[in-house]
Amino acid sequence: MAFTRRQFLKITAGGIGATSLTALGFSPSRVLAEVREFKLARASETRNTCPYCSVGCGVILYSLGDRAKNARAELIHVEGDPDHPVNRGTLCPKGAALLDFVRSPNRLRFPEYRAPGSDKWERVTWDWALDRIARSMKDDRDRSFLRRNGAGQTVNRWPTVGFLAASASSNETGSITGKVIRAMGGVAIDNQARV
Amino acid sequence: MTNHWVDIKNANVVMVMGGNPAEAHPCGFKWVVEAKAHNRAKLIVVDPRFTRTAAVADLFAQLRPGTDIAFLGGVIRWLLEKDAIQREYVLAYTNAAFIVGEKFAFQDGLFSGYDEPKRTYDRSGWTYELGADGFAMTDPTLQHPRCVFQLLKKHYDRYTPAMVADVTGVPVETFQQICEAIASTAAPDRTMTSLYALGWTQHTVGAQNIRCMAMIQLLLGNMGMAGGGVNALRGHSNIQGLTDLGLLSDALPGYLSLARDVEQDYQAYVDKRTLKPLRPGQMSYWQNYPKFHVSLMKSWYGAAATRENGWAYDWLPKLDRLYDVLTVFHLMSEGKLNGYVCQGFNPLASVPHKEKLIEGLSKLKFLVVIDPLVTETSDFWQDHGDLNRVDPAKIQTEVYRLPSSCFAEEDGSLVNSGRTLVWHWKGADPPGEAKEDPEIIALLFTRIRALYAKEGGTFPDPILGLVWDYKIPTKPSAEELARDFNGKALADLGDPKDPTKTIAKAGEQLATFGALRDDGTTACGNWLFCGSFSQAGNQMARRDTADPSGLGLFPGWGFAWPANRRVLYNRASCDPAGRPWDAKRKLIWWNGAKWIGNDVPDMRPDAKPEEGVSPFIMNPEGVGRLFGTDKMADGPFPEHYEPFESPVANPLHPKVGPNPAARIFERDRRDLGTAEEFPYAATTYRLTEHFHFWSKHVRLLAVLQPEQFVEIGEALAQQKGIRAGDRVVVRSRRGRIVARAVVTKRIKPLKIGGREVHTVGIPFHWGFSGLTRPGYIANALTPFVGDANVQTPEFKAFLVNVEKAPAGVA
Repeated sequence: MAFTRRQFLKITAGGIGATSLTALGFSPSRVLAEVREFKLARASETRNTCPYCSVGCGVILYSLGDRAKNARAELIHVEGDPDHPVNRGTLCPKGAALLDFVRSPNRLRFPEYRAPGSDKWERVTWDWALDRIARSMKDDRDRSFLRRNGAGQTVNRWPTVGFLAASASSNETGSITGKVIRAMGGVAIDNQARV
Repeated sequence: MTNHWVDIKNANVVMVMGGNPAEAHPCGFKWVVEAKAHNRAKLIVVDPRFTRTAAVADLFAQLRPGTDIAFLGGVIRWLLEKDAIQREYVLAYTNAAFIVGEKFAFQDGLFSGYDEPKRTYDRSGWTYELGADGFAMTDPTLQHPRCVFQLLKKHYDRYTPAMVADVTGVPVETFQQICEAIASTAAPDRTMTSLYALGWTQHTVGAQNIRCMAMIQLLLGNMGMAGGGVNALRGHSNIQGLTDLGLLSDALPGYLSLARDVEQDYQAYVDKRTLKPLRPGQMSYWQNYPKFHVSLMKSWYGAAATRENGWAYDWLPKLDRLYDVLTVFHLMSEGKLNGYVCQGFNPLASVPHKEKLIEGLSKLKFLVVIDPLVTETSDFWQDHGDLNRVDPAKIQTEVYRLPSSCFAEEDGSLVNSGRTLVWHWKGADPPGEAKEDPEIIALLFTRIRALYAKEGGTFPDPILGLVWDYKIPTKPSAEELARDFNGKALADLGDPKDPTKTIAKAGEQLATFGALRDDGTTACGNWLFCGSFSQAGNQMARRDTADPSGLGLFPGWGFAWPANRRVLYNRASCDPAGRPWDAKRKLIWWNGAKWIGNDVPDMRPDAKPEEGVSPFIMNPEGVGRLFGTDKMADGPFPEHYEPFESPVANPLHPKVGPNPAARIFERDRRDLGTAEEFPYAATTYRLTEHFHFWSKHVRLLAVLQPEQFVEIGEALAQQKGIRAGDRVVVRSRRGRIVARAVVTKRIKPLKIGGREVHTVGIPFHWGFSGLTRPGYIANALTPFVGDANVQTPEFKAFLVNVEKAPAGVA
């Protein structure tokens, strides 16, 4: 029995498994030598949600690596989750291109700093950046925090540093952000829901 | 949404106005197609453009941007005139019969109580007349001249079909066809669903646009019904969740609210929000406010929140004014802000009047941007020629850019527009040194806390006292944070109905907000999310695909707030006796002893129908409000006001053009354009291939929609000598953009007040960074004005001029 590669692909795509290939009369090992194994077959599947609009389509992430401590999981494919009651496996152009968002060349990879008057970014460490931001915030809070207003009323607010929260971030991110900002007396806080 | 995505399939009429789901919510729109295909539903689309949603509509009307209330007010008049309302529902479940106090009035575009210098209303006269028993008075015959029904009739009497045509540009015949389709759902067994998005919110009358539709749905008996409701399609994936969590200047989690300066006393603060019933026997669910508030304070401040200190009342900031994003950027432009932190938000592109934003950002001492991607905001100090003309040497702002993970690289939950919390799992590691958002916040907070512990400083108490019991203090897990917002028992909770039973032991996760207490024995970060991570585990991670009722409720998929209820106000899906209005779409029913059904009943389980407990349990009067009482800043009835930039005077009351209570700062008046200089109505919008300003960093999408364009109707293009593909300059009083012209049949000139008005369509996805061709930030054009109630900017209706770009303009 002779198959061209194209015909073979047609048959296997039609759902005929390896056992029936043997039944067709040729050795699976020879066939495997011809066709590359599907990458998705050895990928980890993870259920996730599309981050764009609020339909919240279910997606399945396919990544290489078993997420062990010493392995880096890398995303190789994203598709719609057929179990999800709302999108039932479908995705729009944006959802279908999610892999290119995750792997965009314009993802930020390390902390950066732009000094006053400078025309460039400088790479810095997390510790350096966070120490300086914490210092700036504390200094400003100590200076600008209003314990009482002009009428002598207790107001305990910090009106001079503002925060914008992300409406595409998780509830968990939102709740810790809100808790921290209010504890510092922040009032100038909003999120994308306002606009 | 009052309902949810899959529920759209149950509708007989789908009304899309203020949104374009076929392009902006494509996978949700499939349920509209489902309704058309399998429920023979009629699709109505009303929009300034003939969109892809309109392309599959049964009825389409093109209206002038910013005239939605004129259209909807006309619908109300039409329904009342033809008596096309569900009378039994209106009588039992709305405030139609309630008598309004004598002080309420409306004349020449203004409601009673207007204070012109302050641009606000004294709303104290917009209330019901109360009887000697303290309850609101009613007239079930609906004849009293001051009953809501009569006032409603009188208010909308001016909105004749001819007036609607004159204001909106929709021909009388089209308007009437649409009214007839809407009116068909006044029958108890027919429903209409309303789908809207930013096309309604982004106006200076945004909140009233939506209220107007809510009133129509009440008149038709469509609230609480499967296939009914008023459904916000919403924008970002967790915009619902962030709103529920109170990340807004005046809010606390679960729609609790921050105190104002004058509210110095905890008891007075809480009493004002603990709403007592306004009619006999009503639930007035906000009576539980203290339980939710005290549990929140116990979640944040633990043992430091005691009855004696008003549950750490003074540890919360108080407000002297609103600090919404427009106010904050206004203060920034006046040099009154020192620092700003943007977490996954690109305000330079997303907030109106780019020039003013640059001015503000340049006056900051420091700016911190936390984002997975490059944003224009983080690069605001870079000179990009005509796209962003600044001199970096003159900008003294220190800028930090911190890389965060994205959705695929974290665990956590999102709330979709149908209020369903769905968990997602991490599938990949973030690139380079990027970290997850909670870790970034925790690293920053623990540093600030350490500084206060070491050095002291101004009012360190709430910082040092904040509950922070995470296993790794610098890296709280998503599960720990979710358990916090669900809430737990701090002591053994006895069952008030049966002293031999315990609802929850100390330390256990709570199953429902019904278990929350105001005595400090429960902690809960957001009462609305209570039940999402119960003692039974993470309910948001449930993936049961069963739909036993066939109504698309999927009760075992994720967790819907509140209490896993899929359709809000579902008590209104039954008649007063407790029988479903429509036997084919039964959400809940009274079985003789209690409320049961396919959905979680939105009613006290043992409230006998004859007790007359009304379905709108969050309202003290128990019924839906056709008359909004004092709850809205700009009037109890929605009224048509022109956009702040309008091509015509307000035909209803020429002296009161735009919303008299809407937000405008004095200096921004000089930046408003006139119709003489900027003759064309303009609106901004999304494309299906892009999402705000992130997707231009996505290669595939940059290939699909590579270059900035604007849409111009054929007639205007001909007048201006513009051909498809020409570069055009679009100007407003505030700025300009240059883009390709798409000349289209989809936007037609409208006849408004006897003259021709053209509309220019402006997709907004471009900026000076990204993989697309560089473009202009469209919000260079939009005005710095906001809605009267929620201060959302007016992106959807303003004035521009358009010219063919001179040769040589990039």
